[in-house]
Amino acid sequence: MIKKLLGAFALMLTCTTAMAAEGGYPLERAPDRLNDVASLQNGAKLFVNYCLNCHSANSMRYNTLAEIGLTDDQIRKNLMFTGEKVGDLMHVAMTPADAKNWFGSAPPDLSVMARAKSVNAGPSGMDYIYTYLRTFYRDASRPSGWNNLVFPNVGMPHVLWELQGPREMTSVAMHEIHGKPGEEAGWERVTTTYDAQGYTTVNTEPVAHFHGHESVDYSFKAADPARTAAFDNDVADLSAFMGWMAEPVHLYRKKLGVWVLLFLALFLVVAWRLNAAFWKDVK
Amino acid sequence: MAGEKTVETTGLLGWLDRRFPVTSTWKAHLSEYYAPKNFNFWYFFGSLALLVLVIQIVTGIFLVMHYKPDAERAFQSVEYIMREVPWGWLVRYMHSTGASMFFVVVYLHMLRGLFYGSYRKPRELVWIFGVAIFLCLMAEAFFGYLLPWGQMSYWGAQVIVNLFSAIPFIGPDLSIWIRGDYVVSDATLNRFFSFHVIAIPLVLIGLVAAHLVALHEVGSNNPDGIEIKGKKDRYGRPVDGIPFHPYYTVHDIMGVAGFLIIFAAIVFFAPEMGGYFLEYNNFIPADQFKTPPHIAPVWYFTPFYSMLRATTDDFTWVLAGAAIVAAVALFLKGKLSGIWRIAVPVVLIVIAVLLRTIDAKFWGVVAMGGAVLILFFLPWLDHSPVKSIRYRPGWHKWLYGIFIVNFLVLGYLGTQPPTEAFNLTAQIGTLIYLGFFLLMPVWSRLGTFKPVPDRVVFHAH
Repeated sequence: MIKKLLGAFALMLTCTTAMAAEGGYPLERAPDRLNDVASLQNGAKLFVNYCLNCHSANSMRYNTLAEIGLTDDQIRKNLMFTGEKVGDLMHVAMTPADAKNWFGSAPPDLSVMARAKSVNAGPSGMDYIYTYLRTFYRDASRPSGWNNLVFPNVGMPHVLWELQGPREMTSVAMHEIHGKPGEEAGWERVTTTYDAQGYTTVNTEPVAHFHGHESVDYSFKAADPARTAAFDNDVADLSAFMGWMAEPVHLYRKKLGVWVLLFLALFLVVAWRLNAAFWKDVK
Repeated sequence: MAGEKTVETTGLLGWLDRRFPVTSTWKAHLSEYYAPKNFNFWYFFGSLALLVLVIQIVTGIFLVMHYKPDAERAFQSVEYIMREVPWGWLVRYMHSTGASMFFVVVYLHMLRGLFYGSYRKPRELVWIFGVAIFLCLMAEAFFGYLLPWGQMSYWGAQVIVNLFSAIPFIGPDLSIWIRGDYVVSDATLNRFFSFHVIAIPLVLIGLVAAHLVALHEVGSNNPDGIEIKGKKDRYGRPVDGIPFHPYYTVHDIMGVAGFLIIFAAIVFFAPEMGGYFLEYNNFIPADQFKTPPHIAPVWYFTPFYSMLRATTDDFTWVLAGAAIVAAVALFLKGKLSGIWRIAVPVVLIVIAVLLRTIDAKFWGVVAMGGAVLILFFLPWLDHSPVKSIRYRPGWHKWLYGIFIVNFLVLGYLGTQPPTEAFNLTAQIGTLIYLGFFLLMPVWSRLGTFKPVPDRVVFHAH
């Protein structure tokens, strides 16, 4: 009885947690590459080249990258550009005041972003980053010329756009029209296309006899699908790297945990037999 | 000189015993402290709570060596501990997991007391010290949660300190006095740090000592709720008692081993516990200009937080109605005598009026605080003729079951953003929680109780 209730409670905990991010766009699962050193190194390269110009990673030292198999020399030659020392933290030269002027708000520090963007008992922050970086679209109405599905009206432009190649975004929304009182509510399908330059075409058509609820579907059409697929692969590496960076000790922690649990299991057996030895006299 | 005491020990121990009660303390609290032999699973949690207290103090000492209680540096210093201090990540995860596990263990410990009537005469003080420990623990957790200086730390503290501003007349000034500023700021962080590492732990340790001394004075209760001191052998030892050491020390070591397996599994494999032990939003540094869309306290506060949120203006009508019904019932049917027969109903009516005249926010704070403070009165609310749930009527067990499920549901609701349906559920939950305790003097004596045996029920292991 209690077990059943606890079970129902556990179910309740996991089911009702909101799965979507702020924008309501469902997060896609990032490929699990936390164990893949080559991916993490590629992610580090992308991170240092593209993200670290505006975003800092103030908790991260360059030479911590040694843990994903890079030597000090490799780090110095390939990943450091402005004369820092290899033991320095990943600061950024831009001042917060400038950042605010240019982007509307200062780009956040990314050290632990992959943890911060996780959802309770839901998608991880890596899923968020993976989806976020792949849902930019051209929007001429925005100051930066870019908009995003996961983070609508984000201040950040699509820094990786050259890697992704031009794309067209189409959203199809089912929209209920509330008629005059007494009339049956009608429905319309609103198709909005953002072309590769960010200019929109809107097409509205009435839909008869629709029984459903309001919804929006998004789809992208890449001009160069091969390039976009390579980009997806890169973003998966970058997301994995940010996941690693959020807690570099992560893998070691789990490895050590296995030994700790094995020891404790042994300890439990000893404690159990010791207890039995003492208690056999108690009648 | 005071009277010579006879000392049987010799050598170094003898030298010590003539100057300090080493042997007699050891005997009084361990080797000749007789505990009932029928303790079950539920009796692990007292010693486990002590273990977690030690874990928290020891890991806390090491954290303080590296943490910076400074609004500019606090967040960064926690990440510094996680990344650069040797084994800092382990110490920090042990401390954060320990905070949640402290509440797990203490809630189960309290539930045990509830099941077996461990708060009943002569153990009222043991229980009262225990509830005081629980209050301290809540304060300790609240102050400590600000220290990582993440968004949840900041806004959680902001919400809770703002509650004090709901107190009529002195509220606004009081909340500024607590914060030391108009908003949660560096001043607040510094004083919370001081409370977290010095003030509250001192009180906590004192109360734990008092809890144990009071317990050892009256002796432990047991799952049958029978006083083992009633039956003694010719040496004056309770026949159903066994020396705490070695029997319960080895037994508790087994409990410790089992507990540490769960503890280590969390520390090494799921330190965030899906965002419930370490809230994800707290990995974003505190920003006083960005209120998070959804502020939820850590899970162990959520049942009480639910009751706070449930107390809306509409709900004060229900509470006022309940107070009036209680006043009438006490006047007509109550067993109060003399002046109390008039005074208590009058006070209840005044409360009913105040419920509708003072802001609902204040009553939310009262409901939340009252939900904890009511535990102090449990020894006098329970009028059942037997202590243990084992000899109570079957439907009492159902009431306890409803109480537990209700507490879990309130806890769940407290983690969720409020909706109309959730709020209604939380209001019903609040009534169930308060009703369970406030109506206990009535329901606890009803029903057919089973005969309580002379000796404890014990099956040899």
